[in-house]
Amino acid sequence: MAEVVFAYKNITKRFFGVHALNNVSFELERGKILGLVGENGAGKSTLMNILGGVLQPDEGEMFLSGEPYVPESPLDATCAGIEFIHQELNLFTNLSVAENISISSFPCIRRTPFIHRRAMQDSSRKLLQSLNLDISPNILVENLSPGERQLVEIAKALSTNADILLFDEPTTSLTANETENLFAIMRRLRDEGKSIIYISHILSDVQELVDDIVVLRDGQVMGGGPIADFPIHRMINLMVGREIDNVFPDRIPSIKDRVILSCEHVSETGMVRDINLSVREGEIVGMFGLMGSGRTEFARMLFGIDPYKEGSIVVDGEPLPKHNPQESIKRGLAFITENRREEGLLMDYPILENIGLVSLPDYSAAVTRLVDSKRLFKRADEVASSLRLKCNDLKNQKVKSLSGGNQQKVVIGKWLLKDPSLLIMDEPTRGIDVGAKYEVYLIMERLASEGTGILFISSEIEELMAMCDRIVVWSQGEVMREFRREDFSQERIMRIAFRQDIDYDMEEKVVVNGNE
Amino acid sequence: MKQTLRPANLAKRILMSEYFVLYLTIVYLIVLTPIIPRLWHPMNIQNVLSNMWPLLVVAIGQTFVLILAGIDLSQTSVMAMSSVVGAVVMTSSADPVLFTKSPLWGTLLTDQGGLMASSPFALPVGIAVMLAVGLAIGFLNGFSVAIFRMPPFIVTLVSMMLFSAMAIFLTKSENIRHLPDSYLQISKTTFSVVSGSLVIAIVLAVIAHMVLTRTLFGKRLYAVGINTTASQISGVPTRKTIIAAYMVSGLCAAIAAILYSSRLEMGRPTLGSTLFIDIVGANIIGGISLAGGKGKVTWTIFGVFFFIILANSLNMLNLSFYIIDMVKGSVILVAALLDVARNRIRKAQM
Repeated sequence: MAEVVFAYKNITKRFFGVHALNNVSFELERGKILGLVGENGAGKSTLMNILGGVLQPDEGEMFLSGEPYVPESPLDATCAGIEFIHQELNLFTNLSVAENISISSFPCIRRTPFIHRRAMQDSSRKLLQSLNLDISPNILVENLSPGERQLVEIAKALSTNADILLFDEPTTSLTANETENLFAIMRRLRDEGKSIIYISHILSDVQELVDDIVVLRDGQVMGGGPIADFPIHRMINLMVGREIDNVFPDRIPSIKDRVILSCEHVSETGMVRDINLSVREGEIVGMFGLMGSGRTEFARMLFGIDPYKEGSIVVDGEPLPKHNPQESIKRGLAFITENRREEGLLMDYPILENIGLVSLPDYSAAVTRLVDSKRLFKRADEVASSLRLKCNDLKNQKVKSLSGGNQQKVVIGKWLLKDPSLLIMDEPTRGIDVGAKYEVYLIMERLASEGTGILFISSEIEELMAMCDRIVVWSQGEVMREFRREDFSQERIMRIAFRQDIDYDMEEKVVVNGNE
Repeated sequence: MKQTLRPANLAKRILMSEYFVLYLTIVYLIVLTPIIPRLWHPMNIQNVLSNMWPLLVVAIGQTFVLILAGIDLSQTSVMAMSSVVGAVVMTSSADPVLFTKSPLWGTLLTDQGGLMASSPFALPVGIAVMLAVGLAIGFLNGFSVAIFRMPPFIVTLVSMMLFSAMAIFLTKSENIRHLPDSYLQISKTTFSVVSGSLVIAIVLAVIAHMVLTRTLFGKRLYAVGINTTASQISGVPTRKTIIAAYMVSGLCAAIAAILYSSRLEMGRPTLGSTLFIDIVGANIIGGISLAGGKGKVTWTIFGVFFFIILANSLNMLNLSFYIIDMVKGSVILVAALLDVARNRIRKAQM
């Protein structure tokens, strides 16, 4: 009987009334690697933040070696022997490797405040050696490769004698060799009796590395057990399958002939490569891919927020100037960004100020530039009620007091005042509840039937399949494939996005990697 | 409903009120009246007001930049430069003994005065040049902040050093006198209260209020101040807005320079050099947040009013210059603390 090191029991967490985690329970055994997989937003990060003491669960308990574990801060987690190795490295690039490793507990010379440099370097050197990392402890972290930095991060975690290690997408910036080395080290740590939670989107890696697996979807555990029982296609099915009916409105295709947007050979180093894409009047084109696949980056270039090196973007037959959002808006583009708090809304300001922001020039007098508040209010009110925005007072109620769904409606509303011909929507349903999602879909359907072209970025494949006329699948900055509505297949789209195109078989994947 | 009558709640409501600073000033005046009856002497009222109008004008300019989450340390140097340059244009005679070492001597400044000396256009040209100096320095500041993305603190600190020094260099630290009579009339007071300064300050305050609350520029200024990224994505020309705000700040400083140097009857290269604390202090006391996105002209007015009354009353208590500054500093500190407290209460109420 294996010893249970850590257990989640009925963990529930809500954000603004939306379930991020719903009654989650699973266990981590000593000397095992547990894989945690799920789509973006399935609740993985929330689970980890609860484990790390960053967030507190609304309901449920955690147990550490059978004892109740109630961390109130990240420090509590560290003291309990839990260490995180994050996707974005938390290293101080301006300090040396040894200083980074010892940052939480510098060894001092007796009782003086002076750091015992020799002791610090020796202990760091030992840790680095145990990780097969042949670098000097005195080298600055900024001079290391991403793979080496990852190992330094692990050395830092090991320096506190952590018992439970948590790896969140550790391989995203590593080469194939570095990944292999990392896996070898993780296996050795496991054999030494450490327990590891491994989060990754690369399912073949998960299959290769872990002993047990837990699949999350919509904040719930969909399945779990020994990895042998979970071939990749079963993981994918569990991750994406959804039983709820009537989540989406009926789509009546309304594509017209006129091409609103056409992009040719758009490229920008390190972001996107040779993108060709078109959107017609009344068409909803979906863009599917994993996080970092280049969809958002492309949308920002398209709208003129970021520059691009090569290629051309043509709107309504006329080339669109680069890097000029104001011109893009004049030409009928609208952009609903993925993070509405930072980029979409003025959270501290009233709804009216937000809805009016884009179209203010249309409501201001020619010379004095005085804003015609009455006319603006009237139009904002119309749009708000057409969106069924639930609020008390357009003029005085602050946007941050609204629910996520209603905040999103404010963002949509501010663009609708401009009657856009092309609407770019980046994850418009993220973090809003099912009812509000449905309303967003209805708005999309209505706009498309009125002739608006919509570019719909989403990581939720079902909503894309339900709403789109076409889906463009992205991976690592490239458009891999385009699917017409009649050819939609959840599994094929997913496989292409995960670059699992060739076969489920492991050996094939190694070949694909070798070719890169 | 009963709850609102409880003293704790009443205190909270007063504290949270927009007019808190005004209430405070009134209470302060009432308390002081028996202690310093001279406070209400016409001479003192005239003195208080003549100090208040120019400070109000320059502080309103600062408000524009603060709303943007910026800061303009260079306003005092704008005042010095405007004052000197305007006086050089308008003066009708300059003393050779004082000015022969000035780099302007012999070209722009002679013993016959400046370029427009004794011309009927001296006043309009002089004022236009003064305003232009303010706009130009403001443009330089705004351009550096918006286009080169330099921190406003550094940019305006450098232009403060540069232009204060330049004002002194141009005149070799001498005051320029013999300004046109029409110019001096601006700050002359009738009936103890009414003056050109009053009219200019009030008109400017009303216009600034209208600009901030009713115009495209004002709405955009607040939007950029609270969230530059979201504003940019919403098509707000963020750079133009930033440049314009710094130009407003420079312009207001130049107008203040007109009022001050008219009152002093001279162009003064050190004009405003000690005024920066008063300008920002009045804004902070009024409740304008250094974090940007928050502020109103009425708040600036209350802040300036309180600050001037405070300084005046301390003066009348015959306190030394140092003590007065220490008290002023403490009051600004308390105001900043109050702002934090108010924000916390507001958050707790959410």
